[in-house]
Amino acid sequence: MTRYIARRLAFAALLVMIVSSASMVLARLAPGDFVDLSFPPEATPEAKAQARARYGLDRSISSQYLDWLGAAARFDFGRSFLYDRPVRDLIPERAANTAVLALTALVVATAVGLPLGIISGSRRGALSGVIRTVSLALVSMPPLLTSLFLVFAAARTGWFPIGGMGTSPLEVLHHLVLPAAAIGLPLAAVLERLQSQAMGEVIGAPFVLATLARGVPRSRIVWHSALKPALRPVASIYGLIVGSLLSGSFVVEVITAWPGLGSLMLDALRARDVYLVTACAGTGALFLACGTLVSDLALGVVDPRASEGVQEAA
Amino acid sequence: MTPRIGVALLGVAIVAALGAPVLAPHAAGDHADRLLNAPPTVPHIRDDAGGWHAPFIYPWRLVNQLEQQYEQDRSARVPLVWFSNGHLVESSDNGRAPLMLLGADSFGRDVFSRLLSGARLSLGLAAVAALGAMLLGSAVGALAGYAGGVWDDLLMRMTDFVMVLPAIYVALALRAVLPLVLPPRTVFLMLAGIFAFVGAPFIARGVRGIVRSERRLDYASAAQALGASHWRLLARHLLPATRGLIVAQVTLLVPAFIVAEATLSYVGLGFPDPIASWGTMLHDASSNIRVFADFPWLLSPAVAMFLVVFGLNLVLQQSGAPVVYNERK
Repeated sequence: MTRYIARRLAFAALLVMIVSSASMVLARLAPGDFVDLSFPPEATPEAKAQARARYGLDRSISSQYLDWLGAAARFDFGRSFLYDRPVRDLIPERAANTAVLALTALVVATAVGLPLGIISGSRRGALSGVIRTVSLALVSMPPLLTSLFLVFAAARTGWFPIGGMGTSPLEVLHHLVLPAAAIGLPLAAVLERLQSQAMGEVIGAPFVLATLARGVPRSRIVWHSALKPALRPVASIYGLIVGSLLSGSFVVEVITAWPGLGSLMLDALRARDVYLVTACAGTGALFLACGTLVSDLALGVVDPRASEGVQEAA
Repeated sequence: MTPRIGVALLGVAIVAALGAPVLAPHAAGDHADRLLNAPPTVPHIRDDAGGWHAPFIYPWRLVNQLEQQYEQDRSARVPLVWFSNGHLVESSDNGRAPLMLLGADSFGRDVFSRLLSGARLSLGLAAVAALGAMLLGSAVGALAGYAGGVWDDLLMRMTDFVMVLPAIYVALALRAVLPLVLPPRTVFLMLAGIFAFVGAPFIARGVRGIVRSERRLDYASAAQALGASHWRLLARHLLPATRGLIVAQVTLLVPAFIVAEATLSYVGLGFPDPIASWGTMLHDASSNIRVFADFPWLLSPAVAMFLVVFGLNLVLQQSGAPVVYNERK
């Protein structure tokens, strides 16, 4: 187990390292730099050259990269051109906002998706049909569409604010409803489908029939005996969900003006703000690595086979 | 029953995309300067006096320039004409009362016509990208599964890496480092290339697994013993076994690509402005906050996208995935 964790940690570190290095190099390779994009067209070549020298854009990619690497080892990640502040001051707030959004969405998805999946997977009838149809529709609605439709609904009814974040905790909560639902609902539908399928399979297993024959009440079988094995396939999907949470929060942040990491990265990419792009990508990779690690460890607890057999599954 | 709905939805989308130039009453760039954000013109067959007519529309009259509010001019009937000017149907008086089945956007362009020509672009891009992902993915997967050893390790580590990252971020980063302003044709090819690159690992993984296990089977050894070359063995014997997997994976990739185009265009990194794609239409729509309250017809690309993805899911659910409802074993 310790070796498994060590290997996963090494992979996490490698992921963050590769992603931030690659995005730094890509951001430098991109045609047009920050000075080209931010200076007025009538700016003199001398002024531009001066600015380039100040931002370190006149140096070769490799020397800039090595300097950045050395500084990053001391937790100095450079200065954002766009905001003219150290990247280190900009990232934590935005990253926290994204984390709040993604975690809320995850909780919503789990709290809505799993129970409905258990219900629709364990019984026939109108209710299951309705759940199945609704979730099939929601599965077809990526966060791009749910957020547009929810913003539309909110603009019509005025029940929820349609953009921004607010300042006091209560305001934040009020503003959080819409983006969290936009990410959470499609995910809930995915979880519902998976849970329903897993439940349906377990319900057909001989041990369930045996339990039923011994006179154990049906509800206890569904919510207890059959639930445990039926949770396993769903638990294994959580590692993949981390990625879709990040993708989802990117679009939703842009549409609902939630001040998170995704919208910051978009601004940085557009402005060719090299260090900010690098830091955003690195933080995203860190989220991804942590999320996958936590979900894999959790899976190892639910299903010990998972951590043994990870090497060669296919 | 449900898969039929899916097939019907997809059929409509494909017909709409292929027939766009004929089915659309206007070209994608045509704009009526007096009718900015005008509501949909609904065809009528009965006038206020109760008389029946061939389908006709009422012209819009601007009531409030600032608020962009319109009112139907009930006094004049504008009949629709069929099969004229190479369009299936259009208004007989395009200058005064153009036929706008889904209203007009903020430039006065017909949303319905743009939706159809956007379907061409968005669905076409997804199809081309899926084809590219299929070719790239099967080539990589076949090589890894067939060659084994170092090649296998190297290629599979690379696919793992691309798969771990959220696809939209990879696409975003790749798109952002390319020149921001490009001609539409280049954007099309570039986006197709990026999507193919991001989608290929999903196919490569599966193909590699199948090729690897099929290769150990007797029929593969038999073919090899009969003197089949590597190419022949792969192309005639092993790759056909991956057909089912590839079809299922491509069906999963197409909706993802449709949404990816829309996302990139929405944030301004997709197609350039006057081009009609579902993403650029949503981008234009979102520039005005009043869209959501007052001009909901501008969100029709979102509805169209939902219907296409829903159709694909209905078909997919029937064919490949074992989501059979409560099937006892």
